Amino acid sequence: MNTADQYLKAIYLAQRIDDGPASTGTLADLLGVSPASVNEMVGKLESRELVEHEKYKGASLTDEGLERAHDALQTYCIIERFLANVLEVEEFREEAHALEAVIDDTVADRLDTIIDRPEECPDCFDPEADCCKYLEVEPSRAD
Amino acid sequence: MSLGQRVSSDHQLARLLQIGVVLEEVVESRAAHHLESLPADEREAIDEEVRALLADAADESAEHRERLEALVDELEAETVAYEEINALVDAQYGPPEDTDGVLYDQLCNEETAYKFYDDLIEAVEASDAAFDIDRERLLETLYDIREEEREGVEEVTEIMERRA
Repeated sequence: MNTADQYLKAIYLAQRIDDGPASTGTLADLLGVSPASVNEMVGKLESRELVEHEKYKGASLTDEGLERAHDALQTYCIIERFLANVLEVEEFREEAHALEAVIDDTVADRLDTIIDRPEECPDCFDPEADCCKYLEVEPSRAD
Repeated sequence: MSLGQRVSSDHQLARLLQIGVVLEEVVESRAAHHLESLPADEREAIDEEVRALLADAADESAEHRERLEALVDELEAETVAYEEINALVDAQYGPPEDTDGVLYDQLCNEETAYKFYDDLIEAVEASDAAFDIDRERLLETLYDIREEEREGVEEVTEIMERRA
């Protein structure tokens, strides 16, 4: 997943957490980067018409941005489910964050052929819990 | 370069190689399922070329899997057994409608595997982490497998073009 998609996904989740435009602070926390980096990338996404940014309020996704954010979150859900249910990784959230940049959408689509994902995905993603609300975690396999 | 698009530890490397093993297992299992899923008359009709392609793909995946497993083993991690992945494929499997569908799925398999190894190589090359396994041997293994996946994409594409 490329950097732009990671940001779009974070904006989508931050909008749900903030119940309105995504603040720079929430985005910086979610992405683990500095507020300056967030502002720079949000500016780039705005120029590509994927995001609208209102001063002192925050960033909101455009329709096109929302569509891409949905796809990115779905890819992320696939990675989390795969780690949790197939590889039985206990720290699946942390590892999914570390791996999402290296796992391409096409690879996630193939992994999707062996996991069981609800039809409403990614709407069932719980931003506070940082995983799908239906995800059942199995006991950990030895790493 | 994406956020953190580099392999920074043995643990992360092992995890990515484990994912590679699963991808190979999915290819192997789906190729077997495709042959079994076609109705008897379609199975008869499937020509020798396509049958050989699927059999070769399954063999090649098994060989790639073994090479990756050896690396994962050296990193003191485990891989998921083929039988487990085969059961998961079985649970979710929806057979393609016809031979063209089988070929298309096979093309997706090869392209996905190529992309995965290409990204993994880039992520290893971008990292200056010291791994517990020899970096040169790791990269050579990945280059070899990536090359075979590239040839696989070409092979399926040629067959598809001839049939079109």
